[in-house]
Amino acid sequence: MSRNRRRLFFSAAARGGIWLMAAIALLPLALVLLHTVTNGLPAALSVNFYTHVERPVGIPGAGVSHALTGTLVMVGIASLLAIPVGVVGGIHLVEYGGGQLPRGIRLAADVLVGTPSIAVGLFVYAIAVAPFHHFSALSGAVALAVLMLPIVLRTTESAIALVPNGIREAGLALGLARWRVALQLILPAAAPGVLTGCLLAVARAAGETAPLLFTAFGNKFYTLDPTRAMSALPLIVFHDALTPYEDLVRQAWGAALLLVALTLFTNVLSRLALRRQIALAGGQ
Amino acid sequence: MVARPQTGTPTAGSSTVSPHLTALEGAPQTLVSVEGVSFWYGKRQALNQLDLAIPHRRVTALIGPSGCGKSTLLRMLNRMYDLVPGSRTAGRILFGGEDILATRQLLELRQKIGMVFQKPSPFPMSIRDNVAFAPRLLGWGKKRINDAVERSLRDAALWDEVKDRLSASGTSLSGGQQQRLAIARAIAVGPEVILMDEPCSALDPMATLKIEDLMRRLVETYTIVIVTHNMQQAARVADHTAFMLMDPEHGYGELVEFGNTTDIFQKPKDPRTEAYITGRFG
Ligand SMILES: Nc1ncnc2c1ncn2[C@@H]1O[C@H](COP(=O)(O)OP(=O)(O)OP(=O)(O)O)[C@@H](O)[C@H]1O
Ligand SMILES: [Mg+2]
Repeated sequence: MSRNRRRLFFSAAARGGIWLMAAIALLPLALVLLHTVTNGLPAALSVNFYTHVERPVGIPGAGVSHALTGTLVMVGIASLLAIPVGVVGGIHLVEYGGGQLPRGIRLAADVLVGTPSIAVGLFVYAIAVAPFHHFSALSGAVALAVLMLPIVLRTTESAIALVPNGIREAGLALGLARWRVALQLILPAAAPGVLTGCLLAVARAAGETAPLLFTAFGNKFYTLDPTRAMSALPLIVFHDALTPYEDLVRQAWGAALLLVALTLFTNVLSRLALRRQIALAGGQ
Repeated sequence: MVARPQTGTPTAGSSTVSPHLTALEGAPQTLVSVEGVSFWYGKRQALNQLDLAIPHRRVTALIGPSGCGKSTLLRMLNRMYDLVPGSRTAGRILFGGEDILATRQLLELRQKIGMVFQKPSPFPMSIRDNVAFAPRLLGWGKKRINDAVERSLRDAALWDEVKDRLSASGTSLSGGQQQRLAIARAIAVGPEVILMDEPCSALDPMATLKIEDLMRRLVETYTIVIVTHNMQQAARVADHTAFMLMDPEHGYGELVEFGNTTDIFQKPKDPRTEAYITGRFG
């Protein structure tokens, strides 16, 4: 009897311990979210925040619309650059992956993932900003694309590698050329993993500040012209958060909240896409 | 029962009923002629000097212990080995006057010689699209594709089970249904030969019997070559049986005996065949 009671006690204690650990792990996340929301909400609740651009300190009605569109434009261009190359490269790594070249590509991608993003920014500055003597959104997008590429490449590779070999063989046995098997059969079967990788890369790029510092540089005015300097949400946070002006600090918190919301949205989107794809592949 | 646009190949006895009739007496035509064929995976020789005349519209079974090269031989018939880097062949395999081992028309070859694998591997798309896949590849018109889908599913004895849910995913089917879907997929473009590599080894006995029945009906229209580890299965479905064995000295596979299934199982000429049939090794 008492042994049983002891067992129940230990079971309850263990369960309590697990809950505690989970809570501790979630605590920083919760604090960050809470802090960002409470500090960011005052700015983010104003309509001007989304429709206006920066204003001199003291003049009300400032906004970050130029940074919001800047982030969208640059991440958009970066995606157009990085995703096709990364996905096709990832397929290539699996389907034709035996030789020296693929091994080199894999190594390069792994090194690139670990490269400090500021170094990437400097590199792009050297090749895409300095020669033209002016900052541009395009160079910012290139820097972001360099950061996205290895993520897309490697996640695509692992998603493709998970597709059962039987599908590959069945496709070939129907007379398909290898590249058609890869694009028409393997890629769709791996779509959820590939998509998740792309969205991860997008979320990473949207939050990056360092690579934009000396490429897109930032701009106090609204522009959609990718050949000009452009602002982005992380740049607003970076520039405004440390100023002594309460207005600007509030703007920075608002921009941070917007960034977090965008990232969350991207993540939810990837979950939804994943579920739909699984439903498609898994039947019913 | 199995309706299909005729391919114009002359037929000796397409109304074959008994699975065990002595095909050689009926003088079946040779459809695929394997002549002095050897195969190497890199430096390692896997097959040595095989000669085999695969008869038209019959089921030919390849049996033998694991690793003797049955799958290798089967995959030579539609050039699936092309994928293996460093592979090499010798000899020739004649089919319709052309050497399979030398042809450059792989799409055409694989249209004429379809394949069904151990694992059905339905494509991640609807049942209809699975079957329509190869016809679409050939650029057939809509009507022709729809007809091909229905005909193939009927031929594969799957139509009645799926006709109301052609848009459901191919992966939603049971294992046996998936294998029949794989057969439908393989026959959609009207091949002459169907290669099957242990098509029932992942199925339960009921599903296996269904596929065996199906094979006996398909052979009225198609020539079937099947690799199987199941001796009863070979005895049940095959008209002809080839027994292969690995040469213990050289490590490559050889053809030991080829003949009517009844002869192979009841009065094998080679003592090694008899030993294998009676379960003394392998
Ligand atoms: N891709 C490959 N590369 C190198 N060697 C291979 C390859 N595939 C098969 N082999 C070898 O060739 C020989 C014949 O293989 P194969 O798969 O044809 O045998 P099998 O008779 O089908 O055997 P099982 O009954 O187990 O399927 C084996 O010794 C095997 O190890
Ligand atoms: Mg095999």
